[in-house]
This record gives sequence, structure tokens and C-alpha cells, in this order.
Amino acid sequence: MKHILRNKKDKFNILLILISLLFIVIILSLAIGQNFISVRTVFEAFFDYDQDSTRHLIIRTTRVSRTVIALIAGSGLAVAGALMQALTSNPLAAPGIFGLNSGAVFILVGFAAIFGTPSMSINIWLAFIGALLAGLLVYFIASIGKRGLSPLKMILAGAAVTAFFHSFTQGLLVINQESLESVLFWLSGSTAGRDLKMILPLLPFILFAVVLSLILAKDINILLIGEDMASGLGQKTLVIKILLGLSIVILAGSSVAAAGAISFIGLIVPHIGRFFVGNNYYWLIIYTFIIGALLLLLADLIARIIIMPQEIPIGVMTAFMGAPFFVYIVRRGFKVHD
Amino acid sequence: MIDKLKSVNKETLNLLGLIVLLLIIFILSLSFGSSFISPLDVFKHFFKLGQSQYNFTINTLRLPRTLMAFLVGAALSVSGLILQVNIKNPLASPDIIGITGGASAGAIIYLSFFSSRLGISGLPFAAILGAALISLLIYILAWQKGVSSIRLVLIGIGIAAAIDALVTMIIVFSPISTTVQSYVWLTGSIYGTNWDELFQFLPWIFIFIPLSFTFHKSLNLLSLGDKIAASLGLNIQINRLLLMIISVALAGSSVAYAGGISFIGLIAPHMARKITNRSYFHLIFISAITGGILLMGADLIARTVFLPLDLPAGIFVSGIGAPFFIYLLYKNRNNF
Repeated sequence: MKHILRNKKDKFNILLILISLLFIVIILSLAIGQNFISVRTVFEAFFDYDQDSTRHLIIRTTRVSRTVIALIAGSGLAVAGALMQALTSNPLAAPGIFGLNSGAVFILVGFAAIFGTPSMSINIWLAFIGALLAGLLVYFIASIGKRGLSPLKMILAGAAVTAFFHSFTQGLLVINQESLESVLFWLSGSTAGRDLKMILPLLPFILFAVVLSLILAKDINILLIGEDMASGLGQKTLVIKILLGLSIVILAGSSVAAAGAISFIGLIVPHIGRFFVGNNYYWLIIYTFIIGALLLLLADLIARIIIMPQEIPIGVMTAFMGAPFFVYIVRRGFKVHD
Repeated sequence: MIDKLKSVNKETLNLLGLIVLLLIIFILSLSFGSSFISPLDVFKHFFKLGQSQYNFTINTLRLPRTLMAFLVGAALSVSGLILQVNIKNPLASPDIIGITGGASAGAIIYLSFFSSRLGISGLPFAAILGAALISLLIYILAWQKGVSSIRLVLIGIGIAAAIDALVTMIIVFSPISTTVQSYVWLTGSIYGTNWDELFQFLPWIFIFIPLSFTFHKSLNLLSLGDKIAASLGLNIQINRLLLMIISVALAGSSVAYAGGISFIGLIAPHMARKITNRSYFHLIFISAITGGILLMGADLIARTVFLPLDLPAGIFVSGIGAPFFIYLLYKNRNNF
């Protein structure tokens, strides 16, 4: 695997640059929208808050919440994608492609259709259950057969499971048309229109999953050499895999609970990260975390301004960005048993 | 010799069974609904024995819808059969590799921007154009000194996701009143089909289904593999292109009238293969009937089980189709 940053100092410096870029984009995201607000006003809104200023109010309510949502969903999906690619040793693995998103959306819509739109703290658990269900289903279907888990089988199983959940979601929505409007954003992915308070319960989960995956980073690196080798070196492969699965479900589930089904971020970002730091998961997880947040925030920013005064759903933006990348990875070729 | 005779007999029996099933579901489709008409009365109605009290329910509401379900199912199934041979992949179907998605995108764009000016009759052309463009795109992107079927399917799945996003975007931007409508349409519904729509759809069927029969010999040869087919004197590239055009036209026109019904093109040909494994002439015929039965049955369930709700048939097709796809994956588990 070719990557451009060879020593620790470079990796650290580029990381600092990426983090400062992220800060710039965060400030832009707070300043740009339906009406432009100067960067100075943005700072004032935080450090010198004026209760009578509508601009300050806009920043502290809608802009902050959608920025935080984009950060959470972007970093969560990106790290989930990186972990999935390690767990399945498949470069095309990602939460969207394996149906985790559609599983979570199905459970969320199903619950909303029967019991009414639930609160965020329930939503999180529903999304976890949905993502777990879909993930287990795909993993199980793809592992049957002599050759075990092959990349192609996984993708086909993912497509089938996605279609399956998709059709049930559509069925629920057609039966219960009133709820369509309130859940449409889950289907296409959106960062708009939710309160910051609804999002905060997600933070501890994401933090837990990211820390867990950082602790596991060394074991992931060993796992990447090959499962036989890893267990030969005394690794409890199964435990590592289950813990990895846990982080993936938490990360993907909370991203969907926050922003709906956003596709392709989990696919692209780990590859960008690998371009910088290679397959060392300790660095890769940190890089994907930052790049994921950066990329989704950027996509959200573009989605907001490209066809003002309306905005494109963020999931649509990422699909347009991600599909060419997907095609590129397929064309570049990867290990397919033949 | 006797073995051959036996197998032919068994096949004939299967075929007879299939046709009986077709007739049963056809009659049931006409008799069930928000008001029940006994099958006997349906017969009487057809042979003009009873009063014409069912004229409205049967002739205006149920008959066109049932016929449409049959024809769309048949078209999608034949389209899938041709596609599976053409790209040599038992898991290929117009919806999985994005052809249906392209048609939906074409149709939705036409509905939102052009239908008020150009009228509704242009819809199938828009859908077919969308399907053709996307198929071409997938084919070009999968081309690397020839097209491998794995690459084609993978790229199809990727492109299908992007098309899905495009369609979602157009729907989100349309006002909420049409959102529900478009959503129902996308799921695949033949709700409220009338005779006009049926007659508009018929030419597509009458041109492209017979056309696919004329290609049964090339299908036979292609299924043996490119090398054998070429050595037996088949011009592979031209035949493949023409077959692709037939497949896209059938899938595209179906989407125009029935929305994005998925999985029929995948599962119906496999069911047909269980009934016959003789030449593609038989396979096309039986696939068409199986596909028709499937969609007619799905529509019957969708509009009667949850009365008074009238659900899109597409939901039920996917409900059966997705597990069947997983079964196929399981059957082919050692080939990937």
C-alpha cells in the first residue's frame, strides 16, 4: 500500500493542518446559509452574546446544531467504514453498502409509524438495533459457502438486505402517509431542522466507540496480517472481532439516528486516510475521524448554497460525490476470488 | 428415448399447471376487491350470461389493472432473462444493476418538468431513454479490455445508489402532495390503471416480446459461452447489443407504466428454469408467464389483504424477491 506520510512527525503535522482546516470549515458552516453572517458576528455570538440579535440567535440555534450533526455523522460513519474494511478485509465495505443504514432507517420508521415519533434517547437504541440486525444478516449470509466471507458475496448480500429493508420501509410509509413528511429526512439524510439538545445524548456513545476502536488499533493491525497469523500470535481473534462489530454498530447507528441514511462517506474517507498514513490503524482511525467530519461538513456547506434558497439533502450530495469513487475502486480492481 | 419422452411429458404437465395457475389467479383478481364477486359470476359476466351489473367493477376497474399486472410482469421477466444471459450472471436483473433506476429517474424528471407541456404519452420514451443512458454508462464504466460480469454488477450497484439519490432529490423538491404520489409510483404500483394506459403499453409488448423470440437462437448460443458461440458463427458484439436494446426497452416501458417494481426480472427467470431447461424459445415463453403470474398475484395480495388500503404491489414483490435473491446467493455460494 502506497502512502505519502512516512514518519511520525509528518503524520502529526498534516494532522494539525487537517484540524485547522476543520476549524475553518466549522466557522464557515456557522457563517454561511440562507443569510450570510460575518465571521466576526459568529465569534461575537459565542463570546459576546447579544440576546436581541436575531443573527446571534440563528447561529446559536440552527447553525450550531446542524454543524454538530454533520461533525458527528461524518466522523462516525467514516470511522465505522474504516473498521468495517478491516473487519471484512474488503475495500468496498461501508455502512451504507452493507445495509446498516437501511436497517436502522427501517426500525426508526417502523417505530415512528406505530408509536409516533420517539425521543432521541429512544431513537439511538432503535438505530443500534436496526444497524445490528442488518449487519448480522449480511455477515451471516456472506459467510456461508466454502470460501467464507468473500468481498463480492458481501456486497451482493448487502444489496439484497438493503432492498429488503427498503421495501418494508416503503410499505410502512405508504400505509402511514402522514408520517412520511416527518421521516423523509431519514431516507435521504439531512442535517437540518433538529435541536442540539436532541443530539447531545449521542455524544457519549460516539466517544466510547471511537476510544474503543483506538484501543483496538494495535489488534486491528495484527488482524490485517491475516486471521491465522493473528491467532498464531496469541490474539483472541473472536473477541477483537466482536468488539469491532460493537463499535461499528454504535458508530453507524448513532450517525443514522443523528442525520439519517448518508451513503458513501464511510466508503470514501478511509481510502483518503490510507492515502496519507497507510494501513496503520492507530493513525488511520484518527485521520478518518477528522477527514470524515471535514468532508461531510464541506458537503453540507455545498448542499446549502448550491441551489439557494433551497438545499440539497446531504445524503444526495454524498452519493454524487461517492459514486464515482466507488466506480474508481471497482475499476482499480481488488482481490476477488476467481 | 423413453427418458426424453418422460421429461417432455413432465414439462408439459408443468406448463399445463402453470397455465391453470395463471387462469385461477386471473379469475381471483377479478373477483376479489373491495366488493366480492364470486368466480362463477365472473365467468357468467364474460359469457354474457348474467346481467351487466359488474360492468363497472370488472370492465373498468379490475380487468385493465389485472392485464397490466400480467403484461408488466411478463415484460420485466423477459428483460431479466435476456440480461442474465447477456452478461452471464445469474444474479443480474434490471433493478439491481441500475437499469430500472435509470428509467425511474427519466420518468420522474419527465413527470416533474415536461409532462405539463408535452403530455403523458411521452413518459415511456423518457423512461426508456433514462434506462438506455444508464445502461450505456454502466457498460462504459465497466469496460476494461472487455466487460467482466462481476465488475458490471458491482458498478451497477454503485450507479444504482447514485441514481437513487438523484430520484430522492427530485422527490424532496416536489411539493408534499406529489411526494406521496411519486413515492407510491416509485415503489411500483399499478393502482388505477385504465384502458388508455393499457393500450399505450401494448405496442411495446407487441414489438419487443416477439422480437425477443426471434433472438432465441442467439440466446441459446450465448449461453454456451462466448468462445463456442463465436466458433458456431455468431456475431457476438452485434447480438449482445441488440439483446441489450430489447432488454432495456422492455424494462424501461414497464417502469413507465408501473413504477420501479423490483426483483421480478431476477426471480421469474429462475423459476422458469426450474420448469424447463430446454431451448430459450421455451424459456422466454415460460418466463413471461411466470413473471405475469408473480406480479398479478402480488398485486392481488397488495390490494386485498389490507383492505381498505391499496398497497403498491412492488412491496410484496420485494418481500418475496429479496429472500429469493439471498437463496440464489446461497446456491451460488461457492462460485464467488
